[in-house]
Amino acid sequence: MKICVCVKHVPDTAATIRIEGDAGFKDSEIKFVASPYDEYGIEEAVKLVEKNGGEVVIVTVGKPGADATIRSALAMGAERGILVTTDSQFLDATLTAKALKAAMEKDGMPDIIFTGKGSVDTETFQTQYRLAGYLGMPVVNDVSKLTVDGGKAVAELEVGGGDKQVIEMNLPCVIGATKGLNEPRYPKFPDIMKAKKKKIEQMTLADLGIDGAAGAVILEKLEPVPERSGAKMIEGSVEDQVTELIRILKEDEKVL
Amino acid sequence: MARTGILIETENNAVKDTSLGVMTAAKGQEIIALVTDADPAGLKDKLAEFGAAKIVKLAASGGDITASPDLMAEALAAAVKEFDLTALLGTASVAGKDLFARLAALMDLPLVSDCVALDLGAKTARKSHFSGKTFATLKVDATVLLATVRPNAIEAEPAPAAGEIADFTADVTDPGKLVIKEVKKGDAGKIDLTEAPIIITGGRAIKAAENYKMLDDCAAKVGAAVGASRAAVDAGYAPHSMQVGQTGKTVSPKLYIACGVSGAVQHFAGMKTSKVIVAINEDKDAPIFAKCDYGIVGDIFEVVPVLTEKL
Repeated sequence: MKICVCVKHVPDTAATIRIEGDAGFKDSEIKFVASPYDEYGIEEAVKLVEKNGGEVVIVTVGKPGADATIRSALAMGAERGILVTTDSQFLDATLTAKALKAAMEKDGMPDIIFTGKGSVDTETFQTQYRLAGYLGMPVVNDVSKLTVDGGKAVAELEVGGGDKQVIEMNLPCVIGATKGLNEPRYPKFPDIMKAKKKKIEQMTLADLGIDGAAGAVILEKLEPVPERSGAKMIEGSVEDQVTELIRILKEDEKVL
Repeated sequence: MARTGILIETENNAVKDTSLGVMTAAKGQEIIALVTDADPAGLKDKLAEFGAAKIVKLAASGGDITASPDLMAEALAAAVKEFDLTALLGTASVAGKDLFARLAALMDLPLVSDCVALDLGAKTARKSHFSGKTFATLKVDATVLLATVRPNAIEAEPAPAAGEIADFTADVTDPGKLVIKEVKKGDAGKIDLTEAPIIITGGRAIKAAENYKMLDDCAAKVGAAVGASRAAVDAGYAPHSMQVGQTGKTVSPKLYIACGVSGAVQHFAGMKTSKVIVAINEDKDAPIFAKCDYGIVGDIFEVVPVLTEKL
């Protein structure tokens, strides 16, 4: 069984984003990691291969420094990596999907493709669907439970309001992983050492015949979300505090 | 006038308030309200009041479109062509995000997911980047603009229109590649977290799963949904479906009350765009007080019951 996991190289969720120019950010001084939801995909893929045999290949479309993020995925037990390099952190989702498709076709098609349910940088929530569309595969997202048996996969996903759907599909398929699917492992020191020797094949978007500037969604401006400057503290006895809070919410803020 | 389609979400045969906000995002356009799962006659008054020129019951020749997300996407694609739409908008609910991504892939059109503001004339959208830390303004170069709008991000405004009722059965028969085997119902009557106008969240200080009842009681008084912080979920006090923040749900209610939540940056990632944030915490130095609107220093087990009583 061959499994590809699409991993995005994103700023650590605790990092401070400093805007640079109109639509850029300073990426030199912040730590980058695998997008958190992708880790559930990596773990699930590694577990499936541990059980059924085969290999896990990490496929990343990202800036040249993304090899470090691929290494961390290799330390979790993936076999090798492919990095399609691009100049921008904000590559159009259609182009990312085309690059992932082209890289997989070149490498040999997988039986299962994992992604995270979404990336925590651009939050476009669509690349996995486009990839599945281009490849003619079924896709489900927000998957918190998965069973793979023979040529079929059965996925459980939340559909809102706490309701869950159980969906069956044939392999090959694309699965968007979310929290609950598993508990991603922390690589041990020997795993990290072993990962240093694993192979990461690099290619550019142009090598795959893709023009990185061809996207239809253009980032015009990036600006910080205004921070609140600190709470107005409500003092007094519990009774007084609650009475004043309700008054504020009703009369001043009109949200009750 | 440019024509915009709005995918209407309903609950118990009534239009969800979140869909009315999406209609307001298309103010000034000729609005075609697309209904898939309810009788349009019952929705007419509301949809006409908020701007629907036409209310279309969407169906597919190949079967029940609500039974397959791929069939629904096919039917929506057919509706875009039939009504010559220049934009199609929906709610960024769990189902809406899934459906629009399927539609965008199917039509190979750009999609902006989870917008907080939208300018259909200029074809620009504003949305979160980097988990609520920054806003991005995106310009979309496409013949048809597809977008989902974050629930409650745009306040609904009445804009009366004709609300003429019509039917459209798309000629699509491919049931798609997914078979829905089972739907496991969550707690009946629970308000969906991502769409709730008011949310009360319990953090680590809630101390035990059974103590969420205290928040449920308070929430019931004002029609709120109850959420949990990651610390509370990881401690086993609440299921992941209740988690707000990074690796949980992103919410944008008009009122967010955080009870015993410390206020990690990852929590703010999921609720920063709420209109008003109130924090109740025993620790006067809790980071949440630096980033919210109103604060009460106190034991949640003392403050919340009084709040419930007075609401």
